Amino acid sequence: MATVRLSFSPAPVHVRTARLVGVAVARRAGVAEELLDEVRLAIGEACTRAVALHNQYGLPDLVTVEMSDSDAYSVRVIDHAPIEASVGLAKLPPDELADESLTDEALTTGVGFALLAGFVDDLQVRPVEDGPGTEVRMVWPVPRR
Amino acid sequence: MELSLATRTVAEHTVLEVGGEVDVYTAPRLRERLVELVDSGVRSVIVDLGGVEFLDSTGLGVLVGAMKRLRVANGRFSLVCSKEALLKIFRITALDQVFPIFPTIEAATRDSDGSATS
Repeated sequence: MATVRLSFSPAPVHVRTARLVGVAVARRAGVAEELLDEVRLAIGEACTRAVALHNQYGLPDLVTVEMSDSDAYSVRVIDHAPIEASVGLAKLPPDELADESLTDEALTTGVGFALLAGFVDDLQVRPVEDGPGTEVRMVWPVPRR
Repeated sequence: MELSLATRTVAEHTVLEVGGEVDVYTAPRLRERLVELVDSGVRSVIVDLGGVEFLDSTGLGVLVGAMKRLRVANGRFSLVCSKEALLKIFRITALDQVFPIFPTIEAATRDSDGSATS
């Protein structure tokens, strides 16, 4: 089992780094080439969400991305925002997407979740075990070696 | 690849050619450019996503914001996109039902004029 762990300060500029590392480890783990665009997008969305939450709550804590290729390729993106911040994650219906009353933040959050749910078959969002925070866990299949 | 932005005029339309990666870090620059265009009086904006290599929820939010801004000003907003990877993103988020999306600039201008402009 190989694990790569990356921690970064909650700044938008580092999300690209997390995407690049996540895809590099996925490729090394043997994830199918045609899934790599989805891996890149999903890791980016999960990290964007974590960075937004840390900024929203004024938290300087690092965001952690942990990649593991034990049986499948699994990625955990861990934030430390209050758990209630995760409540309300929902895909927005089309007629609400362009509604004038919808804030940019709510739109981006809803669209981000739609992308995560749409691109990741095995997706879990759950509280971290110690302290406040949420873990977004995504798993992609790896052919048996 | 960094974000690249270039504008050109096609008849009465302003085409904004976007290239590179549109994400949480670069999307504010795209937002600024679109706001500048609308504030300067442009009323038909065509965003050409042909050079875009990556687009996330933040970038999509910026595009929706620009469309709303133009709608308030009685303007017109459309996208040009033929890349399947990006079209899938629009389908999954249901934004393909929100944006007019055309395969080419010519098709986008034809739709608004009733005939193609070049």
